[in-house]
Amino acid sequence: MSEIPQTTRFARLTGSHQLACGRALEHIDVAYETFGTLDASGANAVLICHALSGDAHVAATTTPDSSRPGWWEEMVGPGCPIDTERYFVICSNVLGGCSGTTGPGSVAPGQERPWGTRFPLVTIEDMVDVQAALLDHLGVRRLLAVVGGSMGGMQALAWTARYPERVRSAVVVAAAARLGAQAIAFNAIGRSAILADPAFADGDYALESQPGDGLAIARMVGHVTYLSKEGMRAKFGRRLRDSGTRTFGLGREFEVESYLAYQGKRFVERFDANTYLYMTKAMDYFDWQPPAAGPLPRFLVLSFSSDWLFPTEQSREITWTLMERGADVTFAEVESAYGHDAFLLEVEQQAAFIRPFLERGLAEALSGAPRDDYVTGPQRPADCVTIPEPEGCLR
Amino acid sequence: MTAAELLRDDLQLVSGLVTPGCRVLDLGCGNGGLLAHLRDDRQCRIQGVESSLEDIAACIARGVPVIQTDLDRGLRGIPDGAFDVVVLSQTLQVVRDSRKLLEEIMRVGRRAVVSYANFAHISARSRLGLRGRMPVSEVLPYSWYDSPNIHFTTLTDFRALCAELGYAIEEEIPLLVRETRADRIRVAPNLRANLVIAAIARR
Repeated sequence: MSEIPQTTRFARLTGSHQLACGRALEHIDVAYETFGTLDASGANAVLICHALSGDAHVAATTTPDSSRPGWWEEMVGPGCPIDTERYFVICSNVLGGCSGTTGPGSVAPGQERPWGTRFPLVTIEDMVDVQAALLDHLGVRRLLAVVGGSMGGMQALAWTARYPERVRSAVVVAAAARLGAQAIAFNAIGRSAILADPAFADGDYALESQPGDGLAIARMVGHVTYLSKEGMRAKFGRRLRDSGTRTFGLGREFEVESYLAYQGKRFVERFDANTYLYMTKAMDYFDWQPPAAGPLPRFLVLSFSSDWLFPTEQSREITWTLMERGADVTFAEVESAYGHDAFLLEVEQQAAFIRPFLERGLAEALSGAPRDDYVTGPQRPADCVTIPEPEGCLR
Repeated sequence: MTAAELLRDDLQLVSGLVTPGCRVLDLGCGNGGLLAHLRDDRQCRIQGVESSLEDIAACIARGVPVIQTDLDRGLRGIPDGAFDVVVLSQTLQVVRDSRKLLEEIMRVGRRAVVSYANFAHISARSRLGLRGRMPVSEVLPYSWYDSPNIHFTTLTDFRALCAELGYAIEEEIPLLVRETRADRIRVAPNLRANLVIAAIARR
């Protein structure tokens, strides 16, 4: 849906992929980007999982044609906290997404129209399974770390439950083991706005005439939940735009109104309404428990003081659950006025923890563990091939 | 230098009271020095609790798992009996409810190793009793107005609290800590020791 940068590559998983809902998908295209190189030991791979509206483009590379900055530009790159000179970084668009990976906006094999809502509902675990298949394709046996914020943090948690033997550590930022009623309620409002838009047409719309009004309202609601009370007060207060006087009309007068309208409009240009429905549903369904037995990865859990969508209390809950299970877990709450958005904005504050966590993890991986633990083999399975960009893919 | 050599004297003594191989929780673990030592040299399963973000980053760099929490919140969330030993090093006097924290410690751990400044040390007594000034010393280096210490205790008072709560004092190491050394005090400890390390257990 959004313009896909030149640096994004594609893999096609051709086998049948069973989903949690009971249905299966034949052939899934995965849009992904990689940075740095997998070293000889194979121990330096870091998977980054994106949040609801993210994509594979976590950072721009040094190539001149990289079009736009990535969604975690200051975090990932040469010399950055997730240092691409030391780590082999992978980021892929999630299953059900709209930035290159197969989702409701893709055209099913043998069909002429996009899937629409005929596309199966996907879960966070389904997304993680696709990432695992991509790693097989890339020859990565075991991850040094899986890192994610918000919905990406949920994916990191899902990794530890589904593939504990394939992850040495997990960095879970501004996430939750399960959403509470409040967060589900906001997702439901967003979905209702899309479903009530006449252009929704049961999800069977053409992308250029998608239910933009509904999606924009969904994004506006979402945006409010990403900001904090103090952040909004500082950024907008009660300021009026233009003249600064009341017009006694119904137009957008307050600065906060025009900001939200702008955010909504921009979002519609780059995001598919059906994907919004599917992502929010996947988050609502998510309910994580660590595996009952067996070794667990090391955890770093971070939260932000003003985040009320994924409040600190939920990160503590993850921490206590892990502690009860005997896991090696570190938790810290970062002071920030940016609310949930802080995971994208407060890079330095997170880096103070993430950088030493990864460095220590790599040092331990290289010194202690048996090499065959994470050595790469001739892993490329027959049912996964590298493909040029899929047809109809927007560049 | 090994982790053991870098430890403060009192932490060395604390570490000596921890059985090798056990599960240890260190409350107010600072930069994780004691825990790293217990992990590397005594094969303990370790967990720290700390409120300073700077110290937490230092713990991470050492590979010491640490949870940021304010001890005034208590140890809510930590499961009962999750640890064999809970270490509380010179922290009991800074929390709002020292008695409740001690009870929480004995809920999550079977034993505790607690160190505290002895306010009945002769220097404190003479400064307060003779000069009428609040004590300032090696182990209590603050003035009254900027001191984080809000609950002062003495060796005798700590014994009394343990008796009241039904905890046995399995070991008690009264120390006189000076700039460069710490000596064990055997005679008249409540008068001559300025720091006490005690290992306590539920009866």
